[in-house]
Amino acid sequence: MSTSTSRPSWRPSELELSRRDVRRRATGRSVLIGIVSTIAFAAIVGLLVVNTPGWESVKASFFDFEVGAASVPSILVGLWLNIQVLFISAIGVAIFGTLLAVTRSLRGPVFFPLRAAATIYTDLFRGMPLLIVLYLVGFGLPALDIFPRMPAMFWGTIALILTYSAYVAEVLRAGMEAVHPSQRMAARSLGLSHAKTLRIVVIPQGVRKVVPALMNDFVSMQKDVGLISILGAVDAVRAAQIQVAQSYNFTPYVIAALLFVAMSWPMIRLTDWLTARLAKREQIGGVV
Amino acid sequence: MSVLDVRGVRKQFDDHEVLRGVDLSIDKHEVVVLIGASGSGKSTLLRTINLIERVDDGQIVLNGDDITDPGMNADSARSRIGVVFQHFNLFPHLRVIDNITLAAREVHGMSKADATARAMELLVSLGLGDKARDYPDRLSGGQQQRVAIIRAVLTDPELLLLDEITSALDPQLVGEVLDLVRRLKTDGSTILMATHEMSFAREVADRIVFMQGGRIVEQGTPAQIFDSPQEPETVQFLSRVRH
Repeated sequence: MSTSTSRPSWRPSELELSRRDVRRRATGRSVLIGIVSTIAFAAIVGLLVVNTPGWESVKASFFDFEVGAASVPSILVGLWLNIQVLFISAIGVAIFGTLLAVTRSLRGPVFFPLRAAATIYTDLFRGMPLLIVLYLVGFGLPALDIFPRMPAMFWGTIALILTYSAYVAEVLRAGMEAVHPSQRMAARSLGLSHAKTLRIVVIPQGVRKVVPALMNDFVSMQKDVGLISILGAVDAVRAAQIQVAQSYNFTPYVIAALLFVAMSWPMIRLTDWLTARLAKREQIGGVV
Repeated sequence: MSVLDVRGVRKQFDDHEVLRGVDLSIDKHEVVVLIGASGSGKSTLLRTINLIERVDDGQIVLNGDDITDPGMNADSARSRIGVVFQHFNLFPHLRVIDNITLAAREVHGMSKADATARAMELLVSLGLGDKARDYPDRLSGGQQQRVAIIRAVLTDPELLLLDEITSALDPQLVGEVLDLVRRLKTDGSTILMATHEMSFAREVADRIVFMQGGRIVEQGTPAQIFDSPQEPETVQFLSRVRH
């Protein structure tokens, strides 16, 4: 419960009222300064851009309203493919990432090979550019001729899962390690097995600690789904590219960019809100 | 036959010998209280009995089963022993009722309805019935520790280990926790507890065990230990803790 919204049971003293008055005036001044300086800054940047020698041609080739409007339907169709890939990848990453994190946390000499394999895997895929993973998976795996013919979107999804699982596994592992050992001890003392201790006690608490980081990875994946276009899948980026090639105008790229931002915006705001809420719950910092 | 038989148990951390051959036997329904300075090995002894620490020598036998045998399933041995910790160690992401019934459901195969009914009965009898759906951080320290005790005894463990369960509590909350321990004694639990509460130890214990330097120095009834200690170390320790 927030103390600032609940109605106090006493009538504020003259002293408190005068303090609030001073604070209110100071806040008003700050807001005013903020608004004025923002407008001034935007105006200066706008003027500078508009007065560049090439502005007229840039405006014609990047901000053509008619070309942009015409490209929206086909880019939206492409974006739907991105959303499908994103959805399936997110589920795949959640499963595979958790498995990797758990594997890396296994103890005992029996599990050394598994643990080592998981470590090498996360090292490898965190270090490799996603673009290269896409090429290797998208063109390399089908060339082995052991898989049935699959659409480009399928291989793109696999590549995304492979790469992002490595990141998510590390985040989850950090969360699991942040759970105090006494929790593990209490669970084992009750007779719970190692696996049940992880599932019921350690993972739920660990995930909670890293929710903002996980959501940040999700936001990052939301834009990286656009990279599957290099495999030939007709997603939003590829659809925009086709429009650009037809109209000799770059506006469809700007449209695609805006649509990607629009797609990730709710998630970005949700992450911020959640992070702020977690910080508020801890409250130890007071007003500093 | 005794419930617990500790035979020549030794434990070493790096160069430090924490337990130097401890022998201790506890009968059914007996309440044994470990006293001694910090670092005397009380907590380590409790941790080895619960298999949180592996003994470096000796044997621990629970109702005839050698639980230090490598072939013994440690999880099933632990499930037969209830443990309560100094810092409660409740699971903060689970409601009070789920904390209490977790082991019953997941380890002992009790149905959720049965486990919940048992837990509610205990909670209500302790005046904690309205806390069942709360998360642990909404409870006072004394309430949390009593919930932790209920969690440990819900499945009728053969032995209950209490490791300085009042040391992290405000003085005015100690009483409600000790009341619950008295009740467990009346109900016939077999208890091994480490504590700094000397007056409580004297009241509730069938036997006092004084430890120092990883050894049992002296043991006997509360009257023997507190009124006429035989060993000089015991005399010295008691003179320090008495006000």
